[in-house]
Amino acid sequence: MDVLVCLKRVPLAGGTLILTPDSRDIETKHLGFGISPHEENAVEAGVQLVEQMGGTLTLLTLGPSDAEEQLRSQLAIGATRAVLIETDGQEWDPQGTAAALVDAINAEETKFDLIIFGAESADSAGYQIHIRVAHALNRPIVTNVKSMKIENGIANCERVVPTGREHYEAPLPAIITVRDGLNIPRYPSVPGRMQARKKIVDMKKAEPRVPKLEKVTLALAPSKDKGAEILGKGTDAVPALVDVLKQIGAF
Amino acid sequence: MILVLIDHDRGVIDPLSLRALTAARKLGHDIEAVVIGSDGTGLAAIAGEYGAKVLHVGAHSAITDYTPMASGRALKDLVGKLQPAAVLAAGSPRGNEQLAHLAAFLDIPMAAECSEITLGTPHHVLRARWAGNLIESANVHSDLLVATVVSFSVEPESVQGAAASVAQFEPDLQPADTVVKILSRDSGETKGGVTLSDAKVIVSGGRGVGGPDGFGNLEELAGLLGGTVGCSRVVTSSGWRPHAEQVGQTGTKVAPDLYIAAGISGAMQHIAGMKNSKTIVVINTDPEAPILRYADYAIIGDLHQVLPALTSAIRQAKG
Repeated sequence: MDVLVCLKRVPLAGGTLILTPDSRDIETKHLGFGISPHEENAVEAGVQLVEQMGGTLTLLTLGPSDAEEQLRSQLAIGATRAVLIETDGQEWDPQGTAAALVDAINAEETKFDLIIFGAESADSAGYQIHIRVAHALNRPIVTNVKSMKIENGIANCERVVPTGREHYEAPLPAIITVRDGLNIPRYPSVPGRMQARKKIVDMKKAEPRVPKLEKVTLALAPSKDKGAEILGKGTDAVPALVDVLKQIGAF
Repeated sequence: MILVLIDHDRGVIDPLSLRALTAARKLGHDIEAVVIGSDGTGLAAIAGEYGAKVLHVGAHSAITDYTPMASGRALKDLVGKLQPAAVLAAGSPRGNEQLAHLAAFLDIPMAAECSEITLGTPHHVLRARWAGNLIESANVHSDLLVATVVSFSVEPESVQGAAASVAQFEPDLQPADTVVKILSRDSGETKGGVTLSDAKVIVSGGRGVGGPDGFGNLEELAGLLGGTVGCSRVVTSSGWRPHAEQVGQTGTKVAPDLYIAAGISGAMQHIAGMKNSKTIVVINTDPEAPILRYADYAIIGDLHQVLPALTSAIRQAKG
């Protein structure tokens, strides 16, 4: 079983975002970097498949040369090797990104049985790169997978929706996108980290294309402080809250 | 003309589609709608009520349930025939997925999660990024605009229109289009019939709950208010609660009448999933917690004391 997981280096921002002076990017001077939450599950799924079935796990990303840091930390989880398509640090549009990923995948000697993406990136949320890659490679794709089993060359996938679970199948070779909740991603072990330093990260270059979805600027979404009414401290405030709940018809 | 995909689950409309129809009307063109699968035919009345003149029904014997790539093929066929200026859908997982298949078939750009659309050369959109915390201003360079409308950016408005006339078409499906489809379902993870996205009341807990046992208080209060329990990401990744209960960017986006956030500090990924709730009540020991900016009412205090007191006070008030 040869698995490929696609990753994206993103700033780790939990609180307030700040923009660069030209309003085209997030100011990352004071932020660390990581990968999108769902992608941690994607790597864990890849590692588990290789543990169970043998084979290789390759990581692929498109980004600045600094993205090697994210590849190394995921290599430490148990991936075999990684490929970095190096950009000048500018953000590429989804069509350009998908095309570069497809070129890199086609250039690999390994014909991957399964390609895994995270369900959405933390930062750009374009909801399309995985589907464009599936079309270009002529492979079936199941998205938003929260539970998966590979049996007899078929990926049995479940997707969680508000009304319950939906069951899908995709014959390999296939592409899936996975969601947080698929598994519990492990932390890298110390030997894992040591080995990761020696693993191969292939650096590739790709020429940027003229973006068809062209970012002009970014702006912070207006978030007005709603000015919460503080009802009080501790249990003393409970009667006031009961009044509020009565007023809004909660019971 | 602008074509709007109305998404449905075996004939039951996704209400977010009505928001997409409303957003489409604001662009000043005629509106036509499309459903994929013959069981969507029954939606002609509601499509008309929200302004669509025609409801195109992509029907094929191989489309018996949600089949996203076939939806993309059907949309491609219809777009070729009708030559609309834009194709819109709701910014739901299914809306984004089906339009992404359309854009991939045509090899044209797609703008997901738009809050504002201006048709032109190029088209211009504002779209939500970073869980709705950033707004991107972007140009879309293609004749046909393919875009999804971000949830909750527009309230659905009826125009009391007459039922849309139904026009059936059969997409020219290829074998690969129908490989991936829903084969079966079950209602596994929902409890007591109230799901997170339908719940009128959600009592949600975060790190401050302290462990799986602490959720008993939340369950009791939720039960009393006819609601359900939600939680933040740290709770599910610690294994305290099932993932189906996670509210936020990587979980479920909700907008109940009442959202009670207990022991949740409010990372922006969580805020993104609940800020559209009608009334937000926060119970938190930290008066500086970021979630307070989004709250209507707050109690500064320990949820382990406040929640049981609240539950018994409501019981008393109910008599």
